[in-house]
Amino acid sequence: MSLQLVANVVVLTAIYALVSTGYVLVYRVSRVLNLAHGELMMVGAYLLVATAGMFSGDPLLALLLAAICGLVMGIVVYVVLMRWMTGEAVLAAVLITIALGILLRGLSILIWTTQQFYPAAIFGWHNPPVKVAPGVQISAASLAMVVLTIVVYGGLFIFLQFTRWGVRMRAAGQNPLLAEQRGIRLHGVYAFAWGLSTFTAALAGMLLALDSGVESTMATIGLKAFPAALVGGLDSLLGAAIGSAIVAAAEIAAIQYVNPLLSDVVPFVVLLIVLAIRPWGLFGSREQLDRV
Amino acid sequence: MSDGSSHAREMALLGTPRARVRFAIALAALVALPFVATPFQLDLANQVLLASIGALALMLLTGFAGLISLGTAGLLGAGAYTVGVLVREIGAPFWVTLPAAAALGAALGLVFGLPSLRLRGLYLAISTLGLHFVVVYLGGEYEARSTLSTGVMIDSPSIGGWTLSSSRAWYFVLLAFSALALLVSVNLQRTRTGRAWRALRERDIVASALGIDVQRFKLMAFMVSATMTAVAGALFAYFRNFVSIDAFSLYLTVQYVAMIIIGGMGSIAGALLGAGFVILFPYAIEAIAGYLPARFGNTVFALDYAAFGVVMILFLLLEPGGLIGILQRTGRGKNGSKTSSGIAS
Repeated sequence: MSLQLVANVVVLTAIYALVSTGYVLVYRVSRVLNLAHGELMMVGAYLLVATAGMFSGDPLLALLLAAICGLVMGIVVYVVLMRWMTGEAVLAAVLITIALGILLRGLSILIWTTQQFYPAAIFGWHNPPVKVAPGVQISAASLAMVVLTIVVYGGLFIFLQFTRWGVRMRAAGQNPLLAEQRGIRLHGVYAFAWGLSTFTAALAGMLLALDSGVESTMATIGLKAFPAALVGGLDSLLGAAIGSAIVAAAEIAAIQYVNPLLSDVVPFVVLLIVLAIRPWGLFGSREQLDRV
Repeated sequence: MSDGSSHAREMALLGTPRARVRFAIALAALVALPFVATPFQLDLANQVLLASIGALALMLLTGFAGLISLGTAGLLGAGAYTVGVLVREIGAPFWVTLPAAAALGAALGLVFGLPSLRLRGLYLAISTLGLHFVVVYLGGEYEARSTLSTGVMIDSPSIGGWTLSSSRAWYFVLLAFSALALLVSVNLQRTRTGRAWRALRERDIVASALGIDVQRFKLMAFMVSATMTAVAGALFAYFRNFVSIDAFSLYLTVQYVAMIIIGGMGSIAGALLGAGFVILFPYAIEAIAGYLPARFGNTVFALDYAAFGVVMILFLLLEPGGLIGILQRTGRGKNGSKTSSGIAS
């Protein structure tokens, strides 16, 4: 296995890890599986296309604005849609997210058509290859993705462990009834979790768009990050990172040594194996299974 | 049949004279339809009949047994590809391919069902989703191996010198198959199996306490449902004269799930209504798109996606009982089969 291959695995791990935080955040707090996550990530990428068009001279402002829109998007999704599913059967909530995914897919094609956009080109940025080791090159946007993923994981760890809102979020996830009785406003916490989830998804979508452009098929990458989240255990952030590494390594190995067509199916094969052996994932808590 | 005992009358599908009259009228209308419909309307009717088989199969599994599956597209694809591969490799006639598709469906149903012995609810849905991708990959791999970049062409089935190709002939074939699927569904619901499934749906622990072999009935639900779905897929291949793996995307699964939600979870009539609704929906959108600015007219499929998403959300939020629920409330569907309380968890 060459070093370049290792670098590819690291980059793909970063992509999956960044996207799968969103699955974990929402699931951990509200026990909802968000199957529209891939589409929300894609919309995040399109948001960058929109802001890049407005502020082509100021990439940082455009990125920041798109990221904030990503955060707001999740809160809006919760307030408008998911709020009504609190207390409903879990499946109904999942079906709502599937419907939302289809709606977003249709809307994004209506707004941005099926053509491919390159926000990097709008900024006049060329995404130069970076030498990270002797003979190993990855694109600058990929390097940024790896760095950003580490930053986001660090930030989320500190947030959930030490800040007031983070503790509230964990409390709401552990025991909603008790949390509510202690004065935590569940709707507020849930909305915030959705916002954080789409925020990280939008970051991932934006960097992917800077790297290789965005088109209507990007949502598939988001769906492939879901096995990564489940392999690690749906309610564990650490698990999501390790699950991402496993899925990414399996995928790259299959593409390299077996058959490129396997790319889309390998994450789901890994998922099936884990579901058969250890359905709660590597780091997930076992009690969750009966609740779904 | 004046001598019929009360038990025989209870068990008869058409117990009362009124039910028999209604059935006769419905049958006459169905038989007359292909002779009065335009070719376009006939094609729509055929599509609805074909979809109703898959919708009934999913309703048996999810609506009755409470087992969630996102594998419909994979199973339809497996049935269609059985036909494609057998026709292309050995030139098999339909009386070989259809039973083969059914057998493969039953086997896949067993495989799809195995996770249900350990997993419930969401996790089950996810494992069937994983199997969907495996089936789609295998189909794509076959296309790539046999250098068929676009798919497999399939001749219309023929018996002796007669070929099944006209829309009208297809209508009666599909009507027969969907009537068979309907009969199977109705009868399964009324037997010990159907009652066992309903017990499973409500609470599987109680079901096992009642002496129901939970594992056996779960696997049976998957196998019956998958067999019906695979046969529908095989019919689809002959109906379209063409199989391509692109037709069996996740969106197709979502459409079938939408059929049983929009129709009304737990109701056989709901599955039929839902199939009609979901199949006709894009055509309605297309008709509406004709009045919209050209910008939207060019991307009708996207408009269709968006509108479909909205309709699904509205049903889930506002009318979990589906179309059947609406009919029952307005009183016209008094005699329709009872819907369960929304979506099984």
